[in-house]
Amino acid sequence: MVNHFPGFETFAMDFKETELTLGPPGEFRVSGRKSGKKRGFPEMLDLNLSGPNGRRNDSGAQLEQEASSSPKSPAAKEQLVGWPPLRASRKNAMRSGGSNYVKVAVDGAPYLRKVDLQMYISYEQLLKALEDMFCYFTIRNYFMEPMNGYEYVPTYEDKDGDWMMVGDVPWKIFVESCKRIRLMKGSEAAGLEPRTPPQNAVMEAAEEDSG
Amino acid sequence: MNYFPEEVLEHVFDFITSHKDRNAVSLVCKTWYQVERESRYGVFIGNCYAINPERLIARFPRVRSLTLKGKPHFADFNLVPHDWGAFVDPWIKALVKGCPDLEELRLKRMVVSDDSLELLSRSFVNFKSLVLVSCDGFSTDGLAAIAANCRYLRELDLQENDVDDRRGHWISCFPETCTSLVSLNFACLKGEISLPALERLVARNPNLRSLRLNHTVPFETLKKILTQASKLVDLGTGCFVHHPKSESYHKLKNAMSKCKSVRSLSGFLDVAPRCLPAVYPICANLTSLNLSYAPGINGNELIKLIRHCKNLRRLWTLDYIGDKGLGVVAATCKELEELRVFPSDPFGPGNAAVTEEGLVAISAGCRKLHSLLYFCQQMTNAGLITVAKNCPNFIRFRLCILDPKKPDPVTMQPLDEGFGAIVQSCKRLRRLSISGMLSDQVFLYIGMYAEQLEMLSIAFAGDSDKGLLYVLNGCKKLRKLEIRDCPFGDMALLMDVDKYEGMRSLWMSSCELTLGGCKTLARKMPMLNVEIIDENSQRESALVDDRQRVEKMYLYRTLVGPRHDAPDFVSTL
Repeated sequence: MVNHFPGFETFAMDFKETELTLGPPGEFRVSGRKSGKKRGFPEMLDLNLSGPNGRRNDSGAQLEQEASSSPKSPAAKEQLVGWPPLRASRKNAMRSGGSNYVKVAVDGAPYLRKVDLQMYISYEQLLKALEDMFCYFTIRNYFMEPMNGYEYVPTYEDKDGDWMMVGDVPWKIFVESCKRIRLMKGSEAAGLEPRTPPQNAVMEAAEEDSG
Repeated sequence: MNYFPEEVLEHVFDFITSHKDRNAVSLVCKTWYQVERESRYGVFIGNCYAINPERLIARFPRVRSLTLKGKPHFADFNLVPHDWGAFVDPWIKALVKGCPDLEELRLKRMVVSDDSLELLSRSFVNFKSLVLVSCDGFSTDGLAAIAANCRYLRELDLQENDVDDRRGHWISCFPETCTSLVSLNFACLKGEISLPALERLVARNPNLRSLRLNHTVPFETLKKILTQASKLVDLGTGCFVHHPKSESYHKLKNAMSKCKSVRSLSGFLDVAPRCLPAVYPICANLTSLNLSYAPGINGNELIKLIRHCKNLRRLWTLDYIGDKGLGVVAATCKELEELRVFPSDPFGPGNAAVTEEGLVAISAGCRKLHSLLYFCQQMTNAGLITVAKNCPNFIRFRLCILDPKKPDPVTMQPLDEGFGAIVQSCKRLRRLSISGMLSDQVFLYIGMYAEQLEMLSIAFAGDSDKGLLYVLNGCKKLRKLEIRDCPFGDMALLMDVDKYEGMRSLWMSSCELTLGGCKTLARKMPMLNVEIIDENSQRESALVDDRQRVEKMYLYRTLVGPRHDAPDFVSTL
């Protein structure tokens, strides 16, 4: 997309108003939390180095004025459409920084493991993989059956350092904000047991049953 | 010659299989034309808009195997808008009417719908083989139809498609009577499949030679499959993660070592490197190894693995291998013919990178190398000159320096001399992609020396129209030319318009073409479709100002005039 938008400077300055925050539809996030912020409007543009007249602007100077928070030329190169010439499937397999490995700790296990969150497309897949990894423990059933002493509550530490229960936010947002995972032992989590199971996990489980 | 009965001619033509030869045969005389067309079973169409399905079927009524290519190559890199065209549906509808004996369909860069797949699956009794490469528009529902209805299916090969994975049960749709599978590749699918159904499918298809799994198929299932399918020649693993001390792991290693016939290995889409030794027993037999989708394997582990693979002819890897690893490849893989090195971090220099050093080492050790795709951080003229000397047999040479317009870091010169050495030395070169800082000089060399060149890809290169002129004047066998972000304009475009009739297609984007220039070309050459792709304006306003720069132009020769399925943002002049 080429940014032919008239008055683009105005847009850039007003981007706070178009700023998106996380949360299920209808819910209003109370603040303190920056982790829910998606990228602002200028950064979401699929930037093309050509200016409005179609002339190439290699220095990316236009970008620097208009995208107030984007860094200098490396980001401009990053946003060159179609470069490097790689299929989307390859680009997706390695985003910048490579994969998204996070540590997984299970209460009672002698060592930690690591999983690459980018390998999975849903909570179901991740939890199944964790189950395979720590094959002595059942955690998947957590969402469908009441807890007993052998079951584990999957929790994660987010970008703000808070420990959250896995499943509340949409999968893609979880992937972006998860720093590490801890499977908390049932007995320790007693008292933390929610009356309502996590929203998204229940919906996904329901889909799988009816699919 | 005229006295030969036609049956004899037909029998003779049976031995002529290449498309080019058969095309030549059909030009000899009317009798030969008739006999040839009625005995042609395999047809290759490089551009689906060069002809229409009705004419195809009229000329070749007995076609059983059809290959169709659709979108221009740069569509793979998101330069072509999603709904540009290349729909397979009209082809399938026409084939249903005219070619009930269709057995094979191979599609590349086409838009395929679930309805098309459903229709295909129900209409051709003898349908045996479906190969989809870089296609989109369909979901696993369409695959379910193929699985359920094609009774004699031998091959279902899905490569790098964008499939809407509905996590349905398409694998379970293969009936119990399906026992004819030879090749099944679903590595590009993202969603889960029924593992028991997969295991049963493999168990009842003893002729399975090629099996590529997706990342959701776990270690345990792989072990079970290998025990059943011991005649596999080509294996793509799914998830390769397990505890290396576990019993499962040892069972897999055992099962793997019994697969004496595996020659081609790929996958490792999710991998725990400690598990890699499980494949060491079969490495010596491998002729093809594709680890380019395995970012979980670092340089040292790659090197350990490759040391076992002395007979490799084809290697695809990520640049984690590093220059050092390429040195190991050069020392170990003396039979290497094809090498592809992909970037692990496309947007910036990571620690994992390859440079001219790695390529030079390869050229010194792997003298049989003829195909190269190399993404690197930098390249030098000296390096390329050495490579050219060591390996004069290149047929395909594609070099992509990640930082566009980067010069030789040692001399700060453009890479003209380096690529010049390549084209001068490699007399059989048919495909070339160039990158880095390049002036018009490199095109002078290409035009002068690349006599066999059929496909050329250019990006961010050249100083003036002269560059393009050198190429158009010089490369007599040029068929496909694709150019982006180069200062080539109308003057070069219009210098020799007849040339384009001898080519399949020309793509130019972000160059200096104007609307007026393109209109002139279209006027002079009615046998070409000259398409202007402009995503930002309505069709009417797009064609007003002749001085306006054209952002994307795609032209191709055709026998059937402007296409009728072009979207709003495409204007055929």
